[in-house]
Amino acid sequence: MNPQPTSSAPDTDTSSGGSVVLAWLFVGIPLAWGVSQTFIKALALFK
Amino acid sequence: MADNSPSLLDRRRTIAGPGYNRWLVPPAALAIHLAIGQAYAFSVFKKPMGALISGNVDKPDALDWTPGQLAVIFSIAIVLLGLSAAVFGKWLERVGPRKAMMASALCFGGGFLIASLGVHLHNIWLVYFGYGFVGGCGLGIGYISPVSTLIKWFPDRPGVATGMAIMGFGGGAMIGSPLAVALMAHFKESAPMGVAPTFIVMGLVYLAFMMFGVFTIRVPAEGWKPAGYVPSTQSNALITTANVDADQAIKTPQFWLLWVMLCMNVTAGIGVLETASPLIQETFSDASMGPGRGVTAAVAAGFVGLLSLFNLLGRFFWSSASDKLGRKPTYLIYFGLGIALYALVPTLAARASLTLFVMVCCVILSMYGGGFATIPAYLRDLFGTMQVGAIHGRLLTAWSTAGVLGPLLVNYLHDSQKAKGLTGAAAYQTVFYTMASLLVIGLIANLLVTAVNERYHFKGTITAASAGH
Repeated sequence: MNPQPTSSAPDTDTSSGGSVVLAWLFVGIPLAWGVSQTFIKALALFK
Repeated sequence: MADNSPSLLDRRRTIAGPGYNRWLVPPAALAIHLAIGQAYAFSVFKKPMGALISGNVDKPDALDWTPGQLAVIFSIAIVLLGLSAAVFGKWLERVGPRKAMMASALCFGGGFLIASLGVHLHNIWLVYFGYGFVGGCGLGIGYISPVSTLIKWFPDRPGVATGMAIMGFGGGAMIGSPLAVALMAHFKESAPMGVAPTFIVMGLVYLAFMMFGVFTIRVPAEGWKPAGYVPSTQSNALITTANVDADQAIKTPQFWLLWVMLCMNVTAGIGVLETASPLIQETFSDASMGPGRGVTAAVAAGFVGLLSLFNLLGRFFWSSASDKLGRKPTYLIYFGLGIALYALVPTLAARASLTLFVMVCCVILSMYGGGFATIPAYLRDLFGTMQVGAIHGRLLTAWSTAGVLGPLLVNYLHDSQKAKGLTGAAAYQTVFYTMASLLVIGLIANLLVTAVNERYHFKGTITAASAGH
């Protein structure tokens, strides 16, 4: 969802869907790695 | 000719242009919270740092740092988290999130670098100053820096937005712990226990990672609203359309009621986190479960990992749910259900009901995380968006208080029961009943929350800086 145009726009910055996906991957990949490491450790509980 | 263009960190340079997608803000916030969340994985350094002289974690030298000395590092960091959030909250509202995030990144990354020198020189005071003091300031400023910005970008779902960011703080430990273990193993030949170079690498990696957040964050332009967003016209006394200045907010009973709620919820959660590993091992031992069927240290570590996962998931789930349920009812669930579950834990432990025991602890930890993540939206409801970041910062002193007093209380209660000769689950009964009674205090505080009196409302003109636009 994009902001509506306003009268004060000091920087012209556009962001495509691709940049949003890349941004989420940037933080999502390390988070997924950390979660997977924790999940593997937690599996010991169910063995 | 003088250059009057604002610097890259200036608030004016962070006002979003027409094409900016607000879904870039949560990853920017996550970049900060995933980094500073490493603090909760600091315990991974305790054993190696306690064997820098001897080189053997099982046989420390007399000159090695003691567990007590090392515990102080985290305590300083958590106290500084609350203090710096409280002190720099209004500054953050004035200068904007980018400059605050930059300050946080420099402090957090720099803290690691100073601490590495302390480890290299085997000077504990330098480690206290680096990771504890400087790094702790980075924690506090970083924790609050994206919160008010997120609330302003997502007026339609503030719980979802802050839940996403604060979930990152829970996830930070999950990244920081295995990363530190891998780095220490890599550097163990080049430095005592590999700690000093690990600190250097982590400091630089976190600094770089946080830069993504620094340069991605934007604040919405003044008057911006999500397309199609219509503020609810339904009357709800606990959701204000007014604003309260941070200095006024701390004079209201509502602020202190929320302070008590956060403090009680965190202290109770720490009760489980502190005792999780020994409790499950001592309660579900070979003696109670049968030979070879007791919970081992590795399984207990898995249990702690599972609790961390629920702590993380609860931050997002409960905070998002609070957008639908309302903040006060959500905290009624945390405290009401929490009281019942905390009181149930000793019974489940005594009956050796391992599956139920694990499930109950997971729900408890989800609500512990939820308590952290829902509080910014509760503050917004009561005090408005104008200085919600600064008010949140002041409220985090409750976390510092609980972070220091919680473990002391839990360990004191447990040790006193052991001194009476109680063992296994019986030694933990008092801990859990005490935690349940703390939640009763939190429940009462939540029930007492009403709308903020109009005399505290901000009457002046909201400027761009005070509004955080």
